[in-house]
This record gives sequence, C-alpha cells and structure tokens, in this order.
Amino acid sequence: MNAIVWQALQIVLVVALAPLVTGYVRWVKARLQGRYGAAPWQPYRDLYRLLQKEAVVAHSASWIFRAAPYVTFASVWLAACIVPTFTTNMVLAPAADLIALVALLAVGRFWTALAGMDVGTSFGGLGASREMLIASLAEPAMLMITFSLSLVSGTTAPAQIVAFVLSGNVGIEVSLGLALAAMVMVAIAENGRIPIDNPATHLELTMVHEAMVLEYSGRHLAMIEAASMVRLTLYIALIATLFAPWGIAQPGAGAAGAMLGLVVFLAKAFILGTVLAFFETSIAKMRVFRYADFLGGALLLGLLATIFLYVSEAV
Amino acid sequence: MLIAGALMTLPLLAVFAILAGRRDFSHAVVYAGCFVASVALLAGGLQYLGGHSGSPSVVLPLGLPWIKAHFRIDNLTALFLLIINLSAAAASAFAVGYGGHLPQRRRVTPFYPIFLLAMNLVLLADDAFTFLVAWECMSLASWLMVVSDHQDAENRRAGTVYVIMAVFGTFCLLPCFGLLAGAGGDYTFEAMRLRELGALGSFLVALLAILGTGSKAGLVPLHAWLPLAHPAAPSHVSALMSGVMTKVALYGMIRILLDLHGELSWHWGAGLMLAGGITAVLGVLYAVMQDDLKKLLAYSTVENIGVAIIGLGLAIAFKGDGQKELAALALVAGLYHMANHSVFKTLLFLGSGAVIAATGHRSLGALGGLLKRMPWTGAAFLVGSAAIASLPPLNGFVSEWLILQSLFKGPAMPHWAMKFGVPVVGAFLALAAALAATCFVRAYGVAFLGRPRSDAAAEAEDVTFGMRVSMAVLAIICVVMGVIPVTVTDALTHVVRPLTGIDLAVSADLGWPWLSPVSSTRGSYSATILVMFGLSLFAIAIFIVHRLGTQATRRADAWDCGHPEDIPESQYTGPSFAQPLRRAFGGTIFQARESVTMPEPGDSSPATHQVRMIDPIWQGLYVPLGKVVDWIADHVNRLQYLTVRGYLLMMFGTLVFMLLVVAVRQQL
Repeated sequence: MNAIVWQALQIVLVVALAPLVTGYVRWVKARLQGRYGAAPWQPYRDLYRLLQKEAVVAHSASWIFRAAPYVTFASVWLAACIVPTFTTNMVLAPAADLIALVALLAVGRFWTALAGMDVGTSFGGLGASREMLIASLAEPAMLMITFSLSLVSGTTAPAQIVAFVLSGNVGIEVSLGLALAAMVMVAIAENGRIPIDNPATHLELTMVHEAMVLEYSGRHLAMIEAASMVRLTLYIALIATLFAPWGIAQPGAGAAGAMLGLVVFLAKAFILGTVLAFFETSIAKMRVFRYADFLGGALLLGLLATIFLYVSEAV
Repeated sequence: MLIAGALMTLPLLAVFAILAGRRDFSHAVVYAGCFVASVALLAGGLQYLGGHSGSPSVVLPLGLPWIKAHFRIDNLTALFLLIINLSAAAASAFAVGYGGHLPQRRRVTPFYPIFLLAMNLVLLADDAFTFLVAWECMSLASWLMVVSDHQDAENRRAGTVYVIMAVFGTFCLLPCFGLLAGAGGDYTFEAMRLRELGALGSFLVALLAILGTGSKAGLVPLHAWLPLAHPAAPSHVSALMSGVMTKVALYGMIRILLDLHGELSWHWGAGLMLAGGITAVLGVLYAVMQDDLKKLLAYSTVENIGVAIIGLGLAIAFKGDGQKELAALALVAGLYHMANHSVFKTLLFLGSGAVIAATGHRSLGALGGLLKRMPWTGAAFLVGSAAIASLPPLNGFVSEWLILQSLFKGPAMPHWAMKFGVPVVGAFLALAAALAATCFVRAYGVAFLGRPRSDAAAEAEDVTFGMRVSMAVLAIICVVMGVIPVTVTDALTHVVRPLTGIDLAVSADLGWPWLSPVSSTRGSYSATILVMFGLSLFAIAIFIVHRLGTQATRRADAWDCGHPEDIPESQYTGPSFAQPLRRAFGGTIFQARESVTMPEPGDSSPATHQVRMIDPIWQGLYVPLGKVVDWIADHVNRLQYLTVRGYLLMMFGTLVFMLLVVAVRQQL
C-alpha cells in the first residue's frame, strides 16, 4: 500500500520540484556573476506564461513536430518517476532498471532530434546533428557506468544498488570514484550545461539543444522546457541516489522514514545545484569538436571503472 | 504435410513465372502464390515450435543414392521457419504490388520462389549434402536477382564480389562438414552429433564453420559483399537478403557450433564475441556515413549481425565454461535479436522500396518531406527506425537489454580474457546502439522530414494498399514483440533447452509481464507496465497543458532564428548531419579528409566542399588479397604452355607425391 502512495508522491514531486531546481541553479549563477537574478521560482511563471501563448507551427512541419514535445516530456517524466529520490519503496520501480532508464531518455532525445529536422531549417538540423553526436558518446558512457555499478553490487536496479550501498558492504572503491567522475561528465553533457552547451545562449554557432528546439513556441516550448528541467532533476537525483544514498527510506521504514528521506533529498538536490552553479561559473564553454574528447574521456573512465574492479581484486 | 505442400508449390510457381512471364498479371500471381506458401510455412513453424509434436523427420530418395535426402523439424528449425517465413510473407505481399512494375521484372520473378524454397530447405535439411545443395541454391538464386539489373556497372561489380564470397563460404563449409562426417562418410546430422572430434578436427571445424557461415552473415571482415549486393537487388529481394538470408547463415552457425560440434571451448565464444563487437561498431559507423538509403540499411544489417553474434559468442563462452543458465540467457538474447532484426530490417527495406517506387530516388540527397506525402510509409518507417535504434517499448530494446544483462554477468567467468574482454565488448555494443540511433535519426530526418529536395520527392504519392498493409503488419509486430517480451522469451526457451541443456525462466520470480532473468533483484524490465504507465503520464501531460493553457495554434512560415531561406538546399543534408561524427570517428578509421575550395574574392562561382574517405577493410585486406591472387594466377599461367613431356612429368610427380603421403600415413 505504502509503495503506491510513495510512487504517487514521486510522480508529483519530480514535476513540481524540477522548475525550482532549475530556477535555483540560475539564481545562484546570477549571484556568483554579481547580478541579482530572477527569483528561484521564476521558471514556474515562465512555464505558465508560455502555456497562455498561442503555439506557432511552421507550414512545413508534420505531426512529428507537434507530438514530439509531449512524447519527450512524458518519457523524461516516466524516467524520473523510476529513479528513487526519497524512498526505494515504489511500486513501479522494478519496471525499469538503469539500462531501461538510459533508453527512456534516448526516446525523448530521438523525438526532439526528429522534431529539430522536421521544419527543414538549417539550425534545426545543426542542433539535431550535434545533439546526436553528444548522445552517441554519452549514452555508452552511461551504460559503462551501469556496468561497473552492476559489477560492484550485482544488480542494475537502482533500488537494489541503494540497498547494497546502505548495507555497508562497500568501502571506498577507486572504481566508484571513476564511475562518479564519468557520471558527472555524462550528466553535464546530457543536460546541455557548460562546458558542453550553454542553456542561456542564443548565439547561433554555439547552440546545440537550443538550436534544435528553435522553432518551438507556446505550449510546445513549455513542454520542451519542462522536460529539460525534469531531466536536470533526474540526473541530480541519480547522482545523489547512486553515489550518496544515505537518508533514503528503505522498504519498511514507514512514513516518518520517508519524510526524513524527503528532507534529505531536498538538501542533496540544493547542494548539488549549488555545486553545478559554481562549476558552470568557473569554466568556459568548449569548442564543438572538443566534445568528442570530453565524452570519449567519460566513456574511457566508465570502462576503467569496470577494469579497476579486477585490478583491485587481484592486488 | 502443410510444409511439404507449400514447398512443392514454390518450384511450380517458378516454372509458371518462366512460362507466363510475358503477361503482366503473372507477376502478381507468382508473388501471391509465394505469400500463401510463406503463410503455410509460417503456420507449420508455429505448429512445431514448443516441441509438443516431437521432431518429425523424413527421408526422401533424392540426391545421391547412397545418402538420400534427410529432413527434420526440431525446435531450432521451427523457430527459424517462423522468423524467415514471416518476413518472406510480408515481402511477397509487398511484391504483389511492387514486383510487377520493375523494369527487369522477368529476370526477378522466376528466381524469387526458388530463393524462398532454398532458404526453407537449408533449415529443414538433416544431412550435410542436402544442406549444402540448398545453401548453394540460395546463393545462386539471390545472385541472379542481384545481377538482374546488369546494365548498371555497379551491379555487375556487386554480382562479381558476391559470387566470389559465396563460393568462399561454401569452400569453407565443404571441408567443415567433411571433418564432421569423418572417415566413415556418414553425412547425416544424427551421425555427426555422435562423433567425437579430435583436438585438431575440433579446431578446424569451428574455424571453418565461422568463416563459412560468417561470410554469408556479414561478419567483419567478411562483410565486403553485403553492402554491395543487398542494395543492388530489387527492394523486396533486398529485404529478404538482409532480413532473412543473413538469419539462415546464423542458423547454420548455431546448428554447427552448438548442435553438431558438441563441446566447444570458451575461447571460441570469447573470439566470436569480440568479432561481433567489432562488426557492430564498424557496421554502424559505415551506415551513418552512407547517402544511399539502401546501402545505409545494408550496413546497418552488418551492425545487427554483430550484435546477434555477441549474444551467440557469449552463449558459447558460458556453455564452454559450464554456466548453463547464463548460456541459455545469452542464447535467448541472441535469438531474440535475430528475430527482431528480420522483422524491422524487412520493414525498413520495404519502406525504402516504397520510397523508390514513389520518387525513383534512393539517395538521401534527393528526398525530404516524404512523411507528409506518404503518411503510411512514413509512419511504418518511423516504427522501424525507432525499433532498430533500440528504443523502448519496441522490440529492438528488449533484445539489447537481454544481451546487456547477459554481458554484465560475463565477468563472473574465471578467465582474465573474459573479465577484460567483456567490458570492452559491452562498450562496443553500447556505442553501436547509440550510433544506430544517430544513424536512423539522420536517415529518417533527411528522407521523411524537412522540405523536399527534388521535384520527385515533392510530388510523391503513397504506395498501393497492399504494400502499405504489409509494412503496417510488420510495424505492428515490432510493437507487439516489444510490449509483451515475456511471451517471446518463453517460446525461445523451448529452442534453447536442447542446445544448452537447461530450462531457463526469463521471467524468474516476478511473473508474466516482468522480464527478470536470474532473479528479480538483479534488475528487471517490464515493457508492458512501462507502456501503460507512460501512456497515462502522456495523457496527464496533455490534459494539464490543455487545462492550464490555451489551445490556439497558428500556422506560419518557419522562423529559423530570423533568417529563413526559401531554397531547400539550406537544410541539413545527410553528409552535413554526419559531419560531427565524421570528425570524431572518421579521421582515424576511414581517413576522412575534407577540403573546401573557396573562389577568389570577386569571383561568383560557387565554393565546393569535398569529402574523401577510404574503406579500410577493402583497401587493407581485399585489394592486397586480389593482388596476391593476380600474382599467383600470372605465375601459374606458365603451366598452360608446357610441352607434352612437361605435363607427363607433372602427372608422374603428383602420383609419386600422393603415394608418399599414403605411405607416410600408414607408417604413423
């Protein structure tokens, strides 16, 4: 019974919290840059305002253009519902493990990239092409991280990994450190953050994600924006859950445990958000063709993480 | 009975096609007949899958009198009958509307039923002689269809390369079966299973089997013929060659390595797995660079064969190491991928056929905006693209998930080669899957989305009803096999049981819609639940958006950041979409070099951009090999101009040599 309640809470939580997390990161960045910045809850207002505006669709667009925002949002939302945030006791969690989670995010990307090419503009194609380049390296890196986590804990289900780490059978492992580094790199790339992409830019030649969704407006744009926000929250939750699961309620922890888990999760989310803002402020964006080096590095780190397991075993 | 009847019909159809080829209706009749025969064979396969009716065998007094022709249906045969005839039925139904309009139709129609017959006979054969005869018929029938459009020099070259590689494959399989049969010369599979192979024999049989069947399946570096030959044939034949004939080759590999060969050491599995990984990555890298839609699909076949071979190799490695449960899991994963690939690759090739029928073009650079002109083909092609990009909830993802799950268990093996090899293969597989998504976003985005790049594309009309239905059925199968995977894996466990000797429960302890191999705590996946959950979230999202916001929509010109261009050339093209990947991977592997020539200031001539890429395997392996063969031929040529004395001396020398060999063997 509890599992159903917590699942329902999780479904609402990820969507309700996502704009705040994004707004908070923006706010901290503005402060670090010496600006006042908009209030952290500004994204809620932005989304609401976009919903009120009429949607403009190009003559050359097909139904894919109109369906893509909803498909993208639903797939990212679905993925976010499955990552444990405050409790691992959720009824739908076994429906997808980490491999399926990576694939669910790929569904959203597939549709957004198609939508980018749908109108037939140069920018749309440019964004789609670069986004797919990033994905073709980030996705394998993410799977290698999954591989090393599954070797350490014997499972690919996030809930079971949490249970394994919390059971205290795991010390400080070099592999986990490498996997964490790779995971952070993947998260940066997948969310289009600096140094890979700049979510605030509208300078043509440096855009990736923004170029792809350039034709969107009104409620379609709101869906795309909301999907990005949920994706950011998802990755923050994933890093917090897999590498710092302390505080998460386990099955049988009861309502009090879950509430504690919720508070701890909020704290973790804001700490990671602050770290992200500091990181983004202190680094410059990379040239497009350097992406392959950055993400190839993430892939190799993921591979090293698995291989280090045996090396440390053998020594 | 059903199967025999269907097989009997096919040669009659071929005869009819030759006799009545002049009449226009005859093509439709032949293809309709092939459709009925395929459906009958499909039903036959279904009937025997699960092994409730035993594995009936029959001996016919055909072929060599002292061997006769043996046929048998066991679970493995039944599964492949199902895989092959499903795609064959769809391709035949498609061809009813398509095959009669080809310019060279009279050179295709008679061989089509023979091709189907030969593929089915390879599966049913229970002795080496029948197997090889059917295998050769399959190669020759498909070769004849590849060269049907022989006016095109490109096709003639494809035909030459194909026939050489086909001969090479049989050249390997012949001694392979010879070694399996041994000195006793009993060519039935039954006898081969019972025979003990020595160390050397075991090694040679495995090597020759992998080379022989791998060359037909498209294992790198033996794939060179595949991207030439598959696109050269008419699309419904390409669909069969890519979607089906490669599966027949993999059937041969499974039959020899896992059934006839008895005990295979884990080294072969490890090697095969690594070869599969390299095949997958190279195949998809080639595919993502192609501009020809059919060539792109052919290279993507190479990739998928690699993925299936990873599963097969893992199964052999696990089996050789005695881990039967994991072997069964890996084999189920591999077989699942083979079934999936035959469905979506057939769908995609039929889609490309529809595009060619509607526009006359197969180059991505001449297409664009087809989704609006051809909504049915466009929707079916989208499902196929998403499935081959292994996106949930479609079937491609299920097999990828299963292969990854069994790979993740690979390091449990005690051998260091496996501990280090498996993560590398895992990285290859993940890379191949991600690049496949890129490849098909590119193919679909350029061909079906955007604005038309040629007049033919702007005026395309969707294809006839029959062709649309055959694509729609395949698309639906992609969805069904993805959403209820447990039903498929349950059927596959029947096939795997006799090969690995264990009954695997893929839905171990969570029950029906949950795919949870080994145990539920190891990770689970349920497409059924995800689809229901996802659809409700989708509905909630739409409801909230429409409740909170406005539904007003306006159609306007594209914005394009303020400077839209009217000419369709301003869109991203296939080569420009692939450019980042070409920079990232092409520089080292394909030695891709780009050069831009800018006109002098004041000169109004256009700038040109050129990309030069070389095929490392063709340049590095086949061209030198061809030179060696030429050199040998040149030198052997002298033997044609000897005197009578010289020839007699040669014969005498050969005789002495042979006698010496016999003498030495008797001494040992």
